[in-house]
Amino acid sequence: MIDAGVVTAQTLLLLLAAPAVAGYVRWLKARLQGRRGAGMLQPYFELRRTFAKHMVIADSASWIFHLAPFVLMAATVAAATLVPVVSAVQPADRLGDLFVLAALLMLGTVWLALGGLDPGTAFGGMGSSREMTVAALTEPTLAISVLALALATGSTSLGAIAGRVAATPAFALGPGHSLALAAFLIALLAETGRLPVDNPATHLELTMIHEAMILEYSGPYLGLILWASAVKMTLLLVLAANVFLPWGLATSLGPWAIAVGLAAIAAKLVVLGGLLALLETRLAKLRLFRVPELLAVSFTLALIAAASSFYTR
Amino acid sequence: METIAFLVVAAAFASGSVLPAVLPSARAARVAGSLSAAIGAAAAAVLGVAVLASGTPWTLAGPQALTPIGGPLLVLDTLGAVFLCVMGLTGVPAALYAIAYLRPADSHPRGRLTHTLLNGFLAGLCLVPAAGNVLTFLFGWELMAVTSYLLVVADPAADDAPAAGLWYAAMTHAGFLALLAACLILAGDGPLDFASMRGAASALSPAAAGSVFALGLFAFGSKAGLVPVHVWLPRAHPAAPSHVSALMSGAMVKLGVYGALRLFFDLLPAGPAWWGGVILAAGIVTALTGVLYSVAESHLKRLLAYSTIENVGLIFVGLGFAMLMRGYGYPDLAAIGVVVCLLHTINHAVYKTLLFLEAGAVVHATHATSLEAYGGLIRRMPQTAILCLIGALSLAALPPLNGFTSEWLTFQALVAGARHTVPELAIWLPLALAGVALVAGLAAVSAVRLFGITFLALPRTPAAETATEVPRSMLAAAALPALACLALGILPGPLVTRLAGVAGDFGLPIARLQDGLGIGLPLAGSRFVPMALALVLVGCAGIVALALRARLGAATVRVDAAWNCGRAVQSARTEYTAAAFAEPLKRVFVGFYRPTQQIKVEVHPVSPYFVQSIGYRTRVTPWMEPKLYGPILAAVRWTSLQARRLQTGSIHVYLALLPAALVFLLFVSRWIR
Amino acid sequence: MRLFAKIRKTGIRTEPLPPGPAACVSLAREIDAHARALFGRALAIRQVDAGSCNGCELEIAGLAGPVYDMERFGMHFVASPRHADLLLVTGPVTRNMAVPLRKTYDATPDPKLVVAVGDCARTCGVFAKSYAVVGPVGAIVPVDAYVDGCPPEPADILRGILAVLGRTGARRDR
Repeated sequence: MIDAGVVTAQTLLLLLAAPAVAGYVRWLKARLQGRRGAGMLQPYFELRRTFAKHMVIADSASWIFHLAPFVLMAATVAAATLVPVVSAVQPADRLGDLFVLAALLMLGTVWLALGGLDPGTAFGGMGSSREMTVAALTEPTLAISVLALALATGSTSLGAIAGRVAATPAFALGPGHSLALAAFLIALLAETGRLPVDNPATHLELTMIHEAMILEYSGPYLGLILWASAVKMTLLLVLAANVFLPWGLATSLGPWAIAVGLAAIAAKLVVLGGLLALLETRLAKLRLFRVPELLAVSFTLALIAAASSFYTR
Repeated sequence: METIAFLVVAAAFASGSVLPAVLPSARAARVAGSLSAAIGAAAAAVLGVAVLASGTPWTLAGPQALTPIGGPLLVLDTLGAVFLCVMGLTGVPAALYAIAYLRPADSHPRGRLTHTLLNGFLAGLCLVPAAGNVLTFLFGWELMAVTSYLLVVADPAADDAPAAGLWYAAMTHAGFLALLAACLILAGDGPLDFASMRGAASALSPAAAGSVFALGLFAFGSKAGLVPVHVWLPRAHPAAPSHVSALMSGAMVKLGVYGALRLFFDLLPAGPAWWGGVILAAGIVTALTGVLYSVAESHLKRLLAYSTIENVGLIFVGLGFAMLMRGYGYPDLAAIGVVVCLLHTINHAVYKTLLFLEAGAVVHATHATSLEAYGGLIRRMPQTAILCLIGALSLAALPPLNGFTSEWLTFQALVAGARHTVPELAIWLPLALAGVALVAGLAAVSAVRLFGITFLALPRTPAAETATEVPRSMLAAAALPALACLALGILPGPLVTRLAGVAGDFGLPIARLQDGLGIGLPLAGSRFVPMALALVLVGCAGIVALALRARLGAATVRVDAAWNCGRAVQSARTEYTAAAFAEPLKRVFVGFYRPTQQIKVEVHPVSPYFVQSIGYRTRVTPWMEPKLYGPILAAVRWTSLQARRLQTGSIHVYLALLPAALVFLLFVSRWIR
Repeated sequence: MRLFAKIRKTGIRTEPLPPGPAACVSLAREIDAHARALFGRALAIRQVDAGSCNGCELEIAGLAGPVYDMERFGMHFVASPRHADLLLVTGPVTRNMAVPLRKTYDATPDPKLVVAVGDCARTCGVFAKSYAVVGPVGAIVPVDAYVDGCPPEPADILRGILAVLGRTGARRDR
């Protein structure tokens, strides 16, 4: 019972905080561009407005179009249950591990791609094709980079990995750790559709990857997709923070430990989000056909990290 | 119990072979033949389940003095029973599907032969796992090959059938010869039944054992579809009728896996660890080759054939891992490898059967075979679409379907191997794991493309516009594997436990992989409960749908044309095609695909500056075949040209050949001893 | 790194919007109170060029920049009319853009608003008697507010949108 409560609480925290994280990154980017920008809570107002809008559905759309946002949201929430947010004591470790997480993210992407193909528009197909190409190359990288830690710590469950890395700081000194973190961050940029892979604020359809698939969605469906996308970004940032740099994670369920855990994850998200905003300001978008080169670099880094895991045994 | 089941199997296949020839009407012949095949396959599955439940092998011996090398001998142990179940589980849907699928062939003069051949094919498929000696095994092998060859070339619709049949016949008989040679070396002087061969094998010299390994790998690898001896697969599977393709992909290639397991784990003693390494590497290369070609392929059934090659590669990854672990002295990890191999065999058989049956339905409804001719079929063929979606999602290895369960176990096994064994494996096994992960990602692309281009968007050709749903019996036949996909995905535990017991019958420890309602590897500290995950997914989607139900009613939803940037007309010309969908990946892997490009420019006769038309054609042809098989075929042609020199027409030369051949054979047999 | 040094030196350049109504902004009809309440804090704008000379577009492009910064009012541009709440239409409606403009309006989900920017949008401006022009924006889609000018300043466009949202006052045409 307590376990279910812990899992639900952590998942809800992630779900509710995700728009704030996205808003923080956007606010910081605005400040770096020399403008005041909207407040950090702006995504909440946008979600409220999006959910209140009516919907227009294409006449060429089928039930796949209607089902896709729900499957995407469900898969992202299920993935969110597996991520250690505040405590390393993760009851969800008994449900699935890092490979299940990667597969759930892929499930959401696949359904979104099907939803993009469904209305039969040219941009929908283009977005689906590009998104599936990028996903096919980044999902393995995400899995392999966390695998480097899994091999060092002896478990593929995320809470266990986080707990053992926190307990043995010497792990972080190995070559595998930093290489894996670098690979994970590059894969994160690709997976969440941020610069230099994809510009989340672009209006040029020919440069879109993720946005092109959702051009046809409106109203609550669009709200679900935008929220799921924010949850995915937050989830991956929390994963980067709590699995590669897990110090501050609660190792018990006492109130003091949880408070420290909350403060730690908030601080880490501030730092990582700031890094994301700085990267997006500094880097220009890569030409689409140069993106696989970047992904190949991150894949190779993850491979080297995983193959060098035996150093830390 | 088992004997009764066997008698039902024999009677069903016999009647199914004979009845179509004697019954008066073609319709009665079709129904009788297909139903007999289905009953036979079902009884075979029952036989396999009975042996698995009891755990003791079942034997049936015919007169052993029938031929110099023995008589019919059936020995069904647990390993054979698993594969017999696979044969049965694949055969039942395929045979039931054939009842309605083969109706257009009724008027064809050779139509009745198809039903006899189907029963013969299934008989061969069921005979091989149950064989107890070389004679029965090879008889079943050859029966399978001949009947499936005839089924491939007999399809009047396919125009590439003769060439496909030739490749298939040549490669399967090359494999047969290699297999015969391997069996003869293995048996030495002794009798040719598996029990004696098991004993004689421990006395083999390392060179002989190595040659048995190589010959066996060639024979079973070519049957299963390992690269580079896979070339018959993408030719033969598309040319055959769809239910036969389902049997070939779902059942026949698995017998290559069965042969490999039987030879390397049962008959041969444990060999050096590099054998396992070779198979593991071959498995990864096969999987990558298969999935990359399936992403670029536009012919629907050839796409599925390449996907079969990919999955066979993954099965051999499990097999190679098991042999590697056994060679390094980690029997518990080897047991896990065998379980992974068997589990993926079963899962792939289930969803590949489903996909081939659905592909057959699509081809049946539209009379077109290319993905570029489909589109919008989800409205015209709604039930086929749902079934194909389940198959495609399993192909993409997505939770909570069964494709993901075996994928997950493969990952866990490789992780356990990397962590708990020697340092050199800690470098190589993560690379293997990365390869498998990449294959999984690319398989998802292939699945989205397969389902999306075929069923979604608008119809691209008039054939797709006028397609109608297939008869209900075909849908019902395909629903069986679909339900199995869901069931095996959500509750893999009992099956995994039974397969662990089968691995235990080889002298390996019994792996404890079932963990409550889920599966888990204590070594890797991991656990996965597909049922809980499915509940979370469904529950989440349900809660969200409930919360939004007020906003999804007619008052707030309007139907309008799709947003196409304000253009006046929406047509199918602006949709993404299958080739376009795969284009980014083709660019990424251009070194692998090596596409050829042809640009034809037509200019006005008056001036070359007025271009009238530009034609662009790009093809991806497997470059491996001309490079590898070209020289071999050229060598064969050269050899046969040289051999023509013997045909001098002089009787003296011919008479001299006889003692020369005799002396040569005496030398060879002396040398072998 | 020089980039970040430059960013620090430049600082925030957003200018405060002059308060009060603009003379060139006029509301064409009663704005739905529900829409006003909904879009008060978050507004998605889709700009439609119905054949304009791009003078208005240049001014509208300035809205997203640091000086006028429409994001501080919760507005941002979107690519698809399905995501949009407000259509910002410029130009006299040419023959070729009449159907696309109507389709864009139909593709936008309710509740929605339309603001027509520039003299061309209200009266076809200098292109009034041209053979290529069908009519003003109001002839194709129902307009909620006009922002006059050739071209109007970005601050005026911004105040026009805010007037439609009820966040600053505006003179009523009818």
